[in-house]
Amino acid sequence: MLQRLEHLLGIEDLTREQISFILDQAKPFQEFQRHPLKKLATLRGKTVALAFFENSTRTRISFATAAARLGADTMNLQAESSSLKKGESLLDTVRTLEAMRPDGIVIRHSSSGAPEFVADRLGVPIVNAGDGTHEHPTQALLDALTIRDRKGQLEGWNLTILGDVLHSRVARSNIHLLSKFGVRITLCGPAMWVPRELETLAPNVRRVTRIDEALDQADVIIALRVQTERLHEPALAAEEYILRYQLTPQRLRLARASALVLHPGPMIRGLEIDDAVADGPQSCVLEQVTNGLAIRMALLYHLVGGAAVEPPPAKVPDKAQ
Amino acid sequence: MPTTNDRLLLIKNGRVLDPATKTDATNDVLLEGARITRIGANLSAPDAEVFDATDMIVAPGFIDLHCHLREPGQEMSETIETGTRSAARGGFTAVCCMPNTQPVNDNASLTRSIVDRAAATGAVRVWPIGAASVGSKGEALAEIAAMKDAGIVAVSDDGKPVATARLMRQVMDYCNALDLPVIDHCEDPSLFAGGVMREGPRSIRLGLRGIPAESESICAGRDVELAILTRSRLHIAHTSTAGALEYVRHAKKLGMNVSCEVTPHHFTLCDEDVRYDTNYKMNPPLASRADRAALIVGLADGTVDAIATDHAPHHPASKDVEFDRAPFGIIGFETALALTLGELVHTGKISLPRLVELFTTGPARVLGIERKIAVGGAADITIFSPDLAWTYHASESPSKSRNTPFNGRTFRGAPVATIVAGQIVYRRELTATA
Repeated sequence: MLQRLEHLLGIEDLTREQISFILDQAKPFQEFQRHPLKKLATLRGKTVALAFFENSTRTRISFATAAARLGADTMNLQAESSSLKKGESLLDTVRTLEAMRPDGIVIRHSSSGAPEFVADRLGVPIVNAGDGTHEHPTQALLDALTIRDRKGQLEGWNLTILGDVLHSRVARSNIHLLSKFGVRITLCGPAMWVPRELETLAPNVRRVTRIDEALDQADVIIALRVQTERLHEPALAAEEYILRYQLTPQRLRLARASALVLHPGPMIRGLEIDDAVADGPQSCVLEQVTNGLAIRMALLYHLVGGAAVEPPPAKVPDKAQ
Repeated sequence: MPTTNDRLLLIKNGRVLDPATKTDATNDVLLEGARITRIGANLSAPDAEVFDATDMIVAPGFIDLHCHLREPGQEMSETIETGTRSAARGGFTAVCCMPNTQPVNDNASLTRSIVDRAAATGAVRVWPIGAASVGSKGEALAEIAAMKDAGIVAVSDDGKPVATARLMRQVMDYCNALDLPVIDHCEDPSLFAGGVMREGPRSIRLGLRGIPAESESICAGRDVELAILTRSRLHIAHTSTAGALEYVRHAKKLGMNVSCEVTPHHFTLCDEDVRYDTNYKMNPPLASRADRAALIVGLADGTVDAIATDHAPHHPASKDVEFDRAPFGIIGFETALALTLGELVHTGKISLPRLVELFTTGPARVLGIERKIAVGGAADITIFSPDLAWTYHASESPSKSRNTPFNGRTFRGAPVATIVAGQIVYRRELTATA
């Protein structure tokens, strides 16, 4: 029996079945994105609060669009305008939001564990849209959807994650998710960004410091953004990173010919990834963005809609009514 | 603070455990006012109040070398009155309060005001610790001699380390001449670097910024080297790592006057217990499982001199925030004895006499004072049951704060009476089973 999700706080505690269920639920919403009239009434009358305590453009727009296409209304709280700037506590801020009776709250926060903190104290479904250096579960789900679509299944691949893994919530969520499906995971980057302890996150995770070794036999490569704003360590010169770790066409040839290249965005072309790779046939970057909408619609449908709403259309009609 | 009078209190049939006099025998102890006047079997004193200590341990009064009473400046979190009432419930007859109040206790008038407040409102003895440097800023030496005259028992810039090796050397030299121990909170600020828990697999999993164990041991190594150089008294606060403990062991082998304390939370919990619950956030952070095991070895083999609580109250709103934004620290007076019994004594890792040593003669030695049950000695006594079953409810504490990871825990063993200068300042209500 599938355990119904109350919140989506992270991937770590989800079962393989729960993950597959979400990916399956996203299927009709994927097709729906190709529809000329992109509006459902599924969540009409529902309100989704978007509480972005940390700046975000892509993820916020994706959630806002997902909510809109389901027919839900949104309330927006953004870091720059938030009362946090005036010294209000997180708890008071989210209680204020809750008092406006949203049916779900999507939270992004720079503190690891903030969504769990809120979920423990409020009676509203919480979706983690990225917390500190902890998790970014919807990113991992949309990555998994992308991989499954392109390669037919998740099981059995070799995944390589390149970059600042230590500070990456995207990497953590991907490691948790793909490891549950038996994916062998190789982490690679400057040694101080890929500490040995990362190997304890999940089964089948190893770290290597040489990119040639990391890319050998890879079926899927995730190039992480080099997150300069999150670094407290003594900084590494960009040229050093490029020299050793930039994903270039030459290096990509070390991977399997069928290898996919994913990037959570925003990309810094010429730093972690070469233009030719970013725009090449193996790149899935734009599919990831579209799949992000499908995943977020599926999640909002499931978490915010609850049992009371109509099921999503099994198949989207060819013509709009 | 109770005043001396001629009230008689006769403690009957307790197991008197006193490491100082190597006593472990069932005896009666008669207290007359602030002094112990008789010790022996079958004592009688017609006018005395009788305290039946059958099946209980009668120990010298417990000393806590490390606590934060928050007065002056943070009375929302604790006051001398509420903190010492909590200490009394924990069996402590004397507590040493760290100087990181607001303002910092770095001058004699502030020390005197703490001593005066304690005399007026304190339930147990309060022995202030003075700042090593002005404002604990790590620049100029504080008025240490004047503070000593006003009543400090040690110096420390607790909350942070004495900032530089050069300043530490000066503080040690200066305090050596004043016969004051220097207590250091060992931490390398550049390695600490905004961390919120111990670096390791758990910090990686939670995405919380890690503090490597070496942050503590590097600073402990510095301090031990300087203690050897200056031949002065050094006490390492809240030791949490095998590395720091090894430096203390090394110094002791050389015959140096170097000591250390361990908190109950560091020998009870480890980094694997950390959740997104700010009651698991303290500094030093909960250590690795291996480090915890090393601390327990040190507690058993004599390397560790004292168990200290690092009672660090923070009012609930300040702790009910995101993990990385919360202040460090937990309250600890009322769970210290029970955790020591449960984790160390009942598990066979240390003996009951060793426990008593860690709460009494151990800390006394660090301070350079005597602590014993002897005729003519101070009538500061802690009576506890090693077996009493109870459940800790932080909501019942006289402390103003509730920040503890041990709320709701069931324990075996508890303080039953805390006696300061012959007066019972805390007495546990026992369910009448006779």
